[in-house]
Amino acid sequence: MSTVNSVNKVLVAKSNDLSIGIGRRVQVDGMEIALFKQEDQSIHAVENKCPHKGGPLSEGIVSGEHVFCPLHDRKINVRDGLVQAPDHGCVKRYDVEIEGENVFIFID
Amino acid sequence: MREKLVLIGNGMAGVRTLEEILKKDPERFSMTVFGEEPHPNYNRIMLSSVLQGDSTVDDIVLNSYEWYEEHDITLHTGDPIIKVDTKKQVVYSQSGLACNYDKLIFATGSNPFMLPLPGADKEGVIAFRNIKDCETMIETSKNYKKAVVIGGGLLGLEAARGLLNLNMHVDVIHISDFLMERQLDEPAGKMLQEELEAQGMTFHLKKNTEKILGEKRVEEVRFTDGTSIDTDLVVMAVGIKPNIELGKKSGLKTERAIVVNDYMETSAENVYAVGECAEHRGIAYGLVAPLYEQGKVLAAHICSTEKTSEPGYQGSIVYTQLKVSGVDVFSAGMFQDNEKTKAIRVHDEFEGLYKKVVVQDNKVVGAVLFGDTGDSPRLLNMMRSGEDISQMSKVAILPSESGSESKVSPVVAMADGETICGCNGVSKGEICSAISDQGLTTVDQVKLCTNAGRSCGGCKPLVADLLALTTGEEVDNAKEAMCGCTEYTHEEVVAEIRELGLSHPREVMNVLGWESDEGCSKCRPAINYYLQMVDPIKNADDPSSRFVNERVHANINHNGTFSVVPRMYGGVTNAEQLRKIADVADKYSIPLLKVTGGQRIDMFGVEKEDLPKVWDDLGMRSGSAYAKALRTVKTCVGEQFCRFGTQDSIGLGIELEKKFEYINTPHKVKMAVSACPRNCAESGIKDFGIVGVEGAWELYVGGNGGVDLRGGDLFCKVKTKEEIIDTISAFLQYYREHARYLERTSHFVERVGLDHMKEVVLEDTEGRRELIERLEVALATGKDPWKEIIENKDKQKEYEKKQVTLV
Repeated sequence: MSTVNSVNKVLVAKSNDLSIGIGRRVQVDGMEIALFKQEDQSIHAVENKCPHKGGPLSEGIVSGEHVFCPLHDRKINVRDGLVQAPDHGCVKRYDVEIEGENVFIFID
Repeated sequence: MREKLVLIGNGMAGVRTLEEILKKDPERFSMTVFGEEPHPNYNRIMLSSVLQGDSTVDDIVLNSYEWYEEHDITLHTGDPIIKVDTKKQVVYSQSGLACNYDKLIFATGSNPFMLPLPGADKEGVIAFRNIKDCETMIETSKNYKKAVVIGGGLLGLEAARGLLNLNMHVDVIHISDFLMERQLDEPAGKMLQEELEAQGMTFHLKKNTEKILGEKRVEEVRFTDGTSIDTDLVVMAVGIKPNIELGKKSGLKTERAIVVNDYMETSAENVYAVGECAEHRGIAYGLVAPLYEQGKVLAAHICSTEKTSEPGYQGSIVYTQLKVSGVDVFSAGMFQDNEKTKAIRVHDEFEGLYKKVVVQDNKVVGAVLFGDTGDSPRLLNMMRSGEDISQMSKVAILPSESGSESKVSPVVAMADGETICGCNGVSKGEICSAISDQGLTTVDQVKLCTNAGRSCGGCKPLVADLLALTTGEEVDNAKEAMCGCTEYTHEEVVAEIRELGLSHPREVMNVLGWESDEGCSKCRPAINYYLQMVDPIKNADDPSSRFVNERVHANINHNGTFSVVPRMYGGVTNAEQLRKIADVADKYSIPLLKVTGGQRIDMFGVEKEDLPKVWDDLGMRSGSAYAKALRTVKTCVGEQFCRFGTQDSIGLGIELEKKFEYINTPHKVKMAVSACPRNCAESGIKDFGIVGVEGAWELYVGGNGGVDLRGGDLFCKVKTKEEIIDTISAFLQYYREHARYLERTSHFVERVGLDHMKEVVLEDTEGRRELIERLEVALATGKDPWKEIIENKDKQKEYEKKQVTLV
């Protein structure tokens, strides 16, 4: 059994529709992804699901590149997906490409 | 499909490796564990504590069965692997299971070394290695009185101490001329012997055991010098040997143990070894800290995509701490003198203290501490960092020798980066911030939050010192910073906002030198509140500094849906409202309708994208059930229908709710109005509770029916509704201006005192008038947030859910 690893480049948002400091959720083929626009206009994408109890990270308070899960305040870095101490774990992150106004993410 | 990871050996090293992998990449592997013992992973180091009666078997379990379940790890206990096919990548268990793997980890640990003496197979001859050995010793002590421990090393002495606790007479046989010769030098070994003799042990040094005699059960131990001792139990604790039989059989390269490289890779592809069964650069470690360090390296390697970028394992500095009650012994690194080393020695025979720090090329390379091991974390850190100590005084190296009368804990002098828990690599700084950020008060809480003290427990006294240090300071000067981002207290932040005329959370954080301009989930909402409180006209709300509930004006549920509570003034509704609620519930398939404690209806399970439509269809105002604002005014039916009712409680309730709705407060505010002292609206447990009596109203304040149950204090008794409303206005404004964010009125009243509140709200008439005026300004800015969103397409954007389909 062999599968070829295919990676999909998906248009998920217009950069202007995202606001700095507030997450935005996008549903891609049944999977929820949270987008976070940063001060420097870069955009990070992670699965919209806290590893603790599945809280929607897009609804959390955003502090720079960290988001605080709205359910139990887990602090998660949206750049690398790592849960910050003393909790641990990580969320899946997606590569992001910005072409002009268009925001793409890569889904495997 | 997830990669298959199989772990052979359900012990500390292997399971810690799994924990490290889960930390890095919880989704990557499907994990299966095979263990020989019929237990989940337990803390083998603490067996002596079970034997000594300080812990139970349950206490020392590190990973409960639930933990395996939670992480989807298949666990086979009592079922060792008996065969590994490294070509086909399959393992076979004793019970006949076959399990293929993508990655295989050997963590088979070690076995006790049993001296091959004649008679060693007799009943009553055991090792000290697992729970079963512990149980055997405890059982034996019920029927027999005499025990011999062969081996005066770490393990032997811990076993001997346990057997003493079980009321057995204990003889310790040791081959060398002083105890623990692999960890201690002679002076320390002799001091240890004296101390343990005082505890009741008998030692026989420089003795070689020749044979074990007895019928079926052991009766006598005979030595090569012809002497002998009668006994009922022999515990062999002469050492351990790596358990490598399976590894050898599977064709892995072995020497003393399974040979691994810096990435814990064995000679077979996709097969790793970690812990006591692994040999790295010629050394097989038998202590917990190196095993954990190896686990970390292996996890990083297995999870990493660019293999070469991960630093490999470089070997560990070994150290030991004897866990025998009443004796503090520590040993680390190269503690023996040789021609290249010099040592700092402190030897106080009166106090029973011995300290030796071995120095080579101006660096600490080893140490032995007896009687006072407080300097051990500091010494270990110096050894790890290779710090040049040529310029340091003796006291800087051994702070416990400072000679000052008041004995200062060594943690005081430690830098934040220094390690307190060597087993788990937890620094002083991590522990201190966990204590202050999470308000920890016990050593156990620190253990759960940080892992410090979770393994050998040797650092617990230091953790206790840190608790005293961290929490004690707060008690001393009662200054509590707003959060970890700043040293400013709530009061100081408010004062600065007023003084400097600050107007935006970012500005506050920037001007006041926040550690990060971004703040955190604690300070941002607080600052946002204070800004609007100080100047409700000029300072706009910053939605990004609001907790989700207040940002989207609905309560988030555990599954990410929201609940909607429309306002029903005074808990009064009518057929039209109920019909609308019923229609909306049908239209949006709302899974649960529930009557709340605040006398209205909660519609649970609404999708975020439906919220604006639900509000619009309801045509009702927001009930603020999510807000730090006035929630509800609960009322009894009162004079309208009740035969006991003395006043119009519903009327006053509705008036209060309309007056005070949509104003920001430090925390939620609840009110109630009852029309007689039977108090059907439960006015005694509300922030503001009103009780009607014949011809008057009583106002109770600071009541709370939640976490800290508190009956409200009678604040005043007045004749008119207007006086009630004015008093609440003044009180509410004083609370808004002086309470800390998230401080309920109950805590606020306790803190400032009821008399003080009476003074500023009731007695100071001028002040009262000004408070009411300022509240009116703030009230004028209050708006129904649902209406604002329904009427503004732009504001609805945040609720939309974008759907993308892959083609």
